[in-house]
Amino acid sequence: MAKYDAGVKEYRDLYWAPEYVPLDTDLLACFKVVGQAGVPREEVAAAVAAESSTGTWSTVWSELLTDLEFYKGRAYRIEDVPGDKDAFYTFIAYPLDLFEEGSVVNVLTSLVGNVFGFKALRSLRLEDLRFPIAYIKTCGGPPAGIQLERDRLNKYGRPLLGCTIKPKLGLSAKNYGRAVYECLRGGLDLTKDDENINSQPFMRWRDRWDFVAEAIHKAEAETGERKGHYLNVTAATPEEMYKRAEYAKELNMPIIMHDFLTGGFTANTGLANWCRENGILLHIHRAMHAVIDRNPHHGIHFRVLAKCLRLSGGDQLHTGTVVGKLEGDRQSTLGFVDQLRESFVAEDRSRGVFFDQDWGSMPGVFAVASGGIHVWHMPALVNIFGDDSCLQFGGGTQGHPWGNAAGACANRVALEACVKARNEGRDIEREGKDILTQAASHSPELAIAMETWKEIKFEFDTVDKLDVQ
Amino acid sequence: MAVQGDYQTKNTLETFGFLPQFTQQDVIGQINYMIAQGLTPGIEHEAPENAATHYWTMWKLPFFGETDLNVVLSELETCRREYPDHHIRLTGYDNYTQSQGVNFVVFKGQGGGTRAW
Repeated sequence: MAKYDAGVKEYRDLYWAPEYVPLDTDLLACFKVVGQAGVPREEVAAAVAAESSTGTWSTVWSELLTDLEFYKGRAYRIEDVPGDKDAFYTFIAYPLDLFEEGSVVNVLTSLVGNVFGFKALRSLRLEDLRFPIAYIKTCGGPPAGIQLERDRLNKYGRPLLGCTIKPKLGLSAKNYGRAVYECLRGGLDLTKDDENINSQPFMRWRDRWDFVAEAIHKAEAETGERKGHYLNVTAATPEEMYKRAEYAKELNMPIIMHDFLTGGFTANTGLANWCRENGILLHIHRAMHAVIDRNPHHGIHFRVLAKCLRLSGGDQLHTGTVVGKLEGDRQSTLGFVDQLRESFVAEDRSRGVFFDQDWGSMPGVFAVASGGIHVWHMPALVNIFGDDSCLQFGGGTQGHPWGNAAGACANRVALEACVKARNEGRDIEREGKDILTQAASHSPELAIAMETWKEIKFEFDTVDKLDVQ
Repeated sequence: MAVQGDYQTKNTLETFGFLPQFTQQDVIGQINYMIAQGLTPGIEHEAPENAATHYWTMWKLPFFGETDLNVVLSELETCRREYPDHHIRLTGYDNYTQSQGVNFVVFKGQGGGTRAW
């Protein structure tokens, strides 16, 4: 046992461990770091490991009451960032016992807590996490998951089709229910509350629930299909959130919705547990994510937030569209879409995946592509996202010259034509125009939708690119 | 649609319900896909008034290990002969995901007329 030696030590003496071989039970992290000028990389990496685990700036006597070798995080590898001479990656291994079971809240509080304000760093970004399977088994995960959601909704062999009800704000409850009914009778599977609709003066939540429930039940009876609407239970307090969820259950609604970042992981995990116990699906919105994930040198990459959400619980999560109006690089998006849906994802730097990730038996999460997409994007969306996705056309449904039902029908015809063609072995991205044109010959709704949106493209360069040369 | 802009709600019964009646060739395309994907073909039928339930009546057992599309086609035909008033759907069981990679109504019973050849 060492003697107590008060003072300040270099972080690398304790927390830089290039010889360390990570354990299967360790939680692994990859940070992208830019240190202050003149500070060696090993010292910066060690400082990140220390400040995100057991360390503080000064030696303290009470350290000697425990076995820090057992509890400390270790920076075990440093790599250059391709195409970036200022930044480097540091890989850190954290022992399993640093974290409370089943709490992504606790994991994030440690890993992206004080360390992000640390003066020795110019910038810091959490790029990826490897959760050990031992930890994953302590988390509840999705309330239902892809397989059970398909069974409950009776949707097989194709992506789900949805849309967000517009205008985002200002409709009365009855007019809102009308917009929902029109979309669902026209062929959508699901409609969605916009994220900023909670319970405002123009439409209180309970009134919305009542009218939407009638819309769903009528559309189901008429179409012979299962329908749903993501009732947004995100609220100011957990008590209010649960109250709204309970009423959705009373109305036999199949799915509710939560905003996991603005609402917070504690609320999200609790709600996911409630959904699992009450047989209701949970759609997850991600407002605020771009604040956290868009800057390539600061914050948390969305693939980490997506992993945390799968552990916290949700049956559908927004991932961006790749092709629409919002940011999203194709390879990077596919990288975290895999994290949502697969039971094992291998390291693949070309997709920004830094670690092998074993999800074990944790259910999968539908990837939701939503924002600025229309029928012309359909072939690419089906190809990129595959069947286990939910494609949401907001303006692309409700902006149809003949209204929501016709707009919904246009999208459904386009979707089914693409799926049919794909199953027949056709290259749907290359032959997209032919496939849609042929489908439009029996659907005037699709024909006019194709005419309406033929010129709309969103071709801006991605801000957050993968680090490749 | 009779009048432009008048959208009439349809009883579409899930996947492929928005496409025109499948020809026999269209159905063959989907059976081939199912077999190529390693899915197990199955047939279910139900009276239209009971079709809102999850469980339709199975036509025999799923055709485990069947790779001959003609067998599946002729089973569909036989099922339709036996139950001309029923909805009949083709399913493709996926034993890895425990889901169905294919599921669509091939023949629509009564009212809606037939959906396929």
